[in-house]
Amino acid sequence: MNITQLSVFLENKPGRLQSILKTIADRDINIRTLTIAEVNDFGILRMIVNRPDEAYEALRAAHVTCSRTDVLAVALEDTVGALYRLIEAFSKRDINIEYMYAFTDRYQAHSIMIFRFDDTEAAKAALLEEGYTIMKRSEIHGE
Amino acid sequence: MTTGSAMFSREFESMPLPQLKALQLERLRWSVRHAYEHNPHYRKTFDAAGFHPDQLKTLEDLRRVPFLTKQEMRDNSPFGLFAVSMKDVVRVHSSSGTTGSATVVGYTRGDLDLWATLIARSLASAGGSCDDILQVAYGYGLFTGGLGVHYGGEKIGATVVPISGGNTDRQLMLIQDFGTTMLACTPSYAINMADYASRHMPAFDFRKTRLRRGLFGAEPWTEAMRREIEARMGIDAYDIYGLSEVIGPGVSCECSAKSGLHVFEDAFYVEIIDPVTGEVLPEGSQGEIVYTSLTKECCPVIRYRSRDITRLYRDSCACGRTLVKMEKVCGRSDDMLIIRGVNVFPSQIESLLVEIEGVEPHYQIVVDRHGALDDIEVMVEVQEEIFSDELKVMNALSGKIAARIRSVLGISAKVTLVEPATLERGAGKARRVIDRRQLS
Repeated sequence: MNITQLSVFLENKPGRLQSILKTIADRDINIRTLTIAEVNDFGILRMIVNRPDEAYEALRAAHVTCSRTDVLAVALEDTVGALYRLIEAFSKRDINIEYMYAFTDRYQAHSIMIFRFDDTEAAKAALLEEGYTIMKRSEIHGE
Repeated sequence: MTTGSAMFSREFESMPLPQLKALQLERLRWSVRHAYEHNPHYRKTFDAAGFHPDQLKTLEDLRRVPFLTKQEMRDNSPFGLFAVSMKDVVRVHSSSGTTGSATVVGYTRGDLDLWATLIARSLASAGGSCDDILQVAYGYGLFTGGLGVHYGGEKIGATVVPISGGNTDRQLMLIQDFGTTMLACTPSYAINMADYASRHMPAFDFRKTRLRRGLFGAEPWTEAMRREIEARMGIDAYDIYGLSEVIGPGVSCECSAKSGLHVFEDAFYVEIIDPVTGEVLPEGSQGEIVYTSLTKECCPVIRYRSRDITRLYRDSCACGRTLVKMEKVCGRSDDMLIIRGVNVFPSQIESLLVEIEGVEPHYQIVVDRHGALDDIEVMVEVQEEIFSDELKVMNALSGKIAARIRSVLGISAKVTLVEPATLERGAGKARRVIDRRQLS
């Protein structure tokens, strides 16, 4: 049920992102969403793709430092206050979010939040208790 | 762990310190006089320094004797530093010449016997005995490794397999077929063998062979390499150290404690000096190790500056040897960088990184000068083992490296994390230091 995110170490230099995207595209792998967290000299590219294991092997073969990270994807209605209530479910249980990002599913018109927790299991339990839908691998990775 | 593997020369290896010092002085006086009386180069340099062998009354008096440098050895090549007549020289070896032109060393029959004994002691120190089948995968020839270990192996009574270096599939076959129990080669060749086995011989399992221990030397190696060799081959790996200029392998060797190499002090007198001033440093200080042979006939070395950086110390070793210990050589004084007045060896930074990362690090040190101030930047390749998807973890890593450099070396360095394979590698060997200061 956990989603596999690819995390890639990226130097802050022209052409680096492009070369990683090319490795992914050459394998005919589709990126569903991505985000970059950066400091001065480097960044960490985090992305959700349709075939994460294959993308991981391809990047490793290209001598790119990357890892697979377990994240949770939560479907959320695209309405005022929806995210606020979701986050409240975590804060009242003292569950810490390491990072998060969002994308919109174009068919079902809801938002998908990607979360990385230090305690994924506790977060899962909280979500189920509050009646949220944790998205399945097949819904996010597609195949 | 076995405490106290058997000693080959118990009398000398466990001699009480006062007695050892007395023996050293007696032998040192012979050796210095022998060099002075039988070699024109030594006579010339001793005379120029106003030193005569009669003045050597204590071990400390040796400080008045001039150093012998690698350059002087080259200048006197091939036979200019011999102190016996050629009819008494029964063998020559030559250094690899990796850092310049080769130097030549000669051996009398007595020297060869001394050398074989030192190797036999080293083998015993690493747990070897006459029960071992010893595969010598050091190169045979002018290089001291192969023949040196060969005759030491015979001396201890082991069954010696003189396969020499290379031919890796054959090496592995013999380990299997002969039931080799002990391997002697360079540490990098041992890793090469393990790589070869896992790539080309999937059925080969070191743990199903009789191989139990290895004696590795002739190049610097790290604790990380030791762990790798031991894990992949299922053996105990020991460090043996030596320089062809001094005698070859067998100057010092690790024991069952695997912490520091015991120097065979009945054959060599060792000093630690400041590589810049040449001043002798107190025991326990880090500096350049200087060798004086005590019993060698053909090529006595008197205060030979090895350029190797290490530390000497005495502890009550579990193995029972009273001999002084030297740490694994941590660098060459030629590589020393002086940064804002602080002596820095690339290898010190390397060992910090090994400690933090737990793997063989890829790094590069860039030194530059801005105005009057030296700047040092350490670029570290981010391998998968140390990569995290969290920025705070990556920031903590570079912070930790910088903090360790500051606390151990006393300098502040900028630490930059870079992608793998971005750092320059020349001929397979990484270029560790880029010093831009000379250019400005």
